Formats: sequence, C-alpha cells, structure tokens
Amino acid sequence: MSLLPFFEWCEATWIGEAIRGSLWLFPVIEAVHLLGLCVLGGAVLIIDLRLLGLGLRNHPVAQLTRDIRPWLIGSLVVMLSTGTALFLSESIKCYYNTSFWVKITTLPIALLFTFAIRNRIASREGLATTATSKLVGAISLTMWFVVAAAGRWIGFS
Amino acid sequence: MSLLTFLEWLASTHYSVALHESLFIYPLVESTHVLALTLFVGLAVILDLRLLGIALRGVPVSDLTRRVLPWTKVGFAVMMITGLLLFYAIPVRNYQNIFFRIKIVMLVLAGLNVWIFHNRTERSVAEWDTDPRPPRGARAAAIISLGLWAAIVVSGRMIAYNWFDCDIQPQSDVINWAAGCTVPPK
Repeated sequence: MSLLPFFEWCEATWIGEAIRGSLWLFPVIEAVHLLGLCVLGGAVLIIDLRLLGLGLRNHPVAQLTRDIRPWLIGSLVVMLSTGTALFLSESIKCYYNTSFWVKITTLPIALLFTFAIRNRIASREGLATTATSKLVGAISLTMWFVVAAAGRWIGFS
Repeated sequence: MSLLTFLEWLASTHYSVALHESLFIYPLVESTHVLALTLFVGLAVILDLRLLGIALRGVPVSDLTRRVLPWTKVGFAVMMITGLLLFYAIPVRNYQNIFFRIKIVMLVLAGLNVWIFHNRTERSVAEWDTDPRPPRGARAAAIISLGLWAAIVVSGRMIAYNWFDCDIQPQSDVINWAAGCTVPPK
C-alpha cells in the first residue's frame, strides 16, 4: 500500500493550507524550529560530550542527565510541533524527498535510543568514563547528527 | 574605492563564482554553518541558562567556562569560517540584505556583551561560583546573550528570503536606505 494518499491528506489539512497561504508563517515556524535546534543541540551535546569523557568530566553523568532533562524534553516538544507544522505545509514534496525519509526513519530511532538506552545507562554512570559510556555517547552524537543533517538537506532537494 | 565596488569585484572572482554555482559545496558549507549552531549557540545557551540559575544549578559556573567554553569556541570558529565563505559566495546580495545587516549589528552587540561580562562580571566569579542563582549582573548578561543570539539565528535564517532585496522594487524608503540599495529617483 502506498503512503501517498496519507501524505496528500496531510498536505490538505487546514494547518498545511494556512501555512502555505501565508507569506511569513513558514519562515517564522522554521525560525522557531531552528531555535529549538540550538537548545536541543546544547542539551544533547553536554551529555554526549560528558559520556565521551569530555566537557564536565568532574560531575557525575547521572546528575547532569537529570538536570538537563527538562531542557531536552522542552526543546524536543518545540522541535516536534514546529517540525510537524512544516511537514503539513509541504507533505507531498516530503514524500518524494529522500532526505525526508532518512530523517523520519532516524528520528524515532534516535529518540528511542536517547530515552530508552542512553539516559538509562547515563543514570547509572558516576564519575568514571567507561567504554560503555563512550560507545553510548558516540552512537547518540552520530544519530542526532544524521537527523539534523538530513533535516537541513530536505530544503536543498 | 567604495565597499560596494570592492564587493562587486569580490563577486567576480573565480572562487566566489565557483562557490556560488557549485551543486554540493555551497549546500555543504551552509549545512555545516547550521549544524555548528548546536555546538556554538547550543552550548552558549547552556551557559546562559546556568547564569540565570535555571539549568545545571549544581555545576559551578567556572566549571562551565573552563570545560565547556572551549567547545563553544570551536563552534564559533566553524561558524565564522563557514559564515565568511557563505558571504564570499554571494557578497553583494548579502551586503545589501537588510537581515544580514541586522545580523552583523547584533553580532557586534553580542561580542560587546561577552567582553563586558568577561572583563567585569566574571572577575568576581569566585564569590558566586557555586550560587544556584548568580548575581544580577551575570543574569543580565545571560538574558542579553540569549536575546541577541536568538535574534541573530532568526535574522540569519531570514537572509535566504528576498522580500526586501534591492532588485525587488518598489520598497519603502526606509528599507532601501537600511539595505543600502541604490534606486533611481522617482
């Protein structure tokens, strides 16, 4: 079964219509998406760098992960809601866009990895940098990099 | 020679044209510029939030400036290099773009804010290093920094839109003046 009808339905939603019908709505939502990226990037990096044994090495990973959690979740909420709005405004373009498919498949994997694996392992880690923590930090960084890079590339194709 | 004449010459140079017309290099430089935001603005935001006393309250401010700021500086270097390349690819259009001009003014202000924080407020950091809520001066610097960087990111993104470009006329006199457009008298 083709997903195209679903994408056509998305594009026809009133949100999609409203964004397409406005000169400034898309740029504004996209700008907020970009601001969300800054905060998300900071929240992800500060923990991943720490897992790799860089940055705030003199603080336990568990404490940092707990402290930064509201910012991680808050920025994700901004990213996901603005991202959905942007998608609704150009769903059919996305359907034919390889970068979109790369992003939309790696995003749930990155989310799942971050909350189900990374944060769980991080909450058990203390001051020492272990081989496990390094591996987890490297995987997380790589995944989020692919999500972000593919996201930017949607606009080029 | 005026700045505009210089930029027109710059736009005609071999590598400027090559970069402008490249299929992959320009998007790659652009993507690097955007993704480096996470390293630069992202980590700067964490520091600002700490200075405001609303994130990482258990981490001394000096730990962040000593251990995280170097990464922020790496991010800044990448932003500057890729930013200069993006400007070099399309010099005249950027120079006469109102969002680009707003961005540059705010970059200077952000630099000033960092300079003042570093040379005044941060000097007494030993006294409030572990305070969950740093003093007013530090919080003010953080608020100004967050506001300016948000505005810089947004205006940077808006450069891509040609709404106020010089070749789109008529524009209001204020826009033409602010963007430095040379338009024939009405």
